[in-house]
Amino acid sequence: MIRLIEDLHIQFVCRIMVPLIQFFALYVIAHGHYSPGGGFQGGCILGASFILMMIAYDIEYVKKRFPEKFNTFMVAFGVFLYAAIGALCLILGAEYLNYGILHKILPADPVKVRALGTLGIEIGVGITVSAVMLSIFLNLSTFGKHEKSEV
Amino acid sequence: MIVEYIIDAFVIILVLLGLFFLFTATVGLLRFPDFYCKLQATGKGDTLGAILILLGVILYNLHDFSLNNFLVCLKILFIIIFIFHANPVATHAITKAGLDADVKPLTKEDIRK
Repeated sequence: MIRLIEDLHIQFVCRIMVPLIQFFALYVIAHGHYSPGGGFQGGCILGASFILMMIAYDIEYVKKRFPEKFNTFMVAFGVFLYAAIGALCLILGAEYLNYGILHKILPADPVKVRALGTLGIEIGVGITVSAVMLSIFLNLSTFGKHEKSEV
Repeated sequence: MIVEYIIDAFVIILVLLGLFFLFTATVGLLRFPDFYCKLQATGKGDTLGAILILLGVILYNLHDFSLNNFLVCLKILFIIIFIFHANPVATHAITKAGLDADVKPLTKEDIRK
């Protein structure tokens, strides 16, 4: 069994660092068109920030703010966002994930709508990746029981 | 013109100093006898070396001053602040985990043997 490590330095610095890390994750997701990054990388950073919080404090401490039920919902919601945007293009009469056609329902020209559609896809990917990373960590650390952990 | 040479000189000094600290940190990691000694060598040397090299990069970026270059410098400054906070605390966490896992520190009796 792993003993609980409660340390003032680690907790204090994590408390300062975690918002910055999450902000950087959103930057990586939103800036993915122009620079290295994208939905997967940003989602990984976002999930890692939650894992850092769980290591520095306690799993229960994070679960109170971000319940596991909600996390599992987010796993499906990101994929749903991806598929919904793709299917919307299909309904409007273009190919799957051909965002250019979305200018029929959004008030912008096709080029801007294409960039916007890519951003929507990236957000869906990011939500799913971060939620899945958190889910994997929770399952590993509680031995798959979804109960109170000993860590 | 002469200003650029002065900036270049400072860049070279900063990068060389950073390389020196990284080198000593690596030597300490390889040569120190103990878990905790190795950790303190890397924890201090890596932090200072990385910060000095990044400061040199910032100065080098300021050669031709424009908004884009200034933004790049600001981002590197954020990296410096992040390293300055995260690296020593990570070392502290590893040390604490070592203490909790009963890793014995080196004592005078061990050296005499």
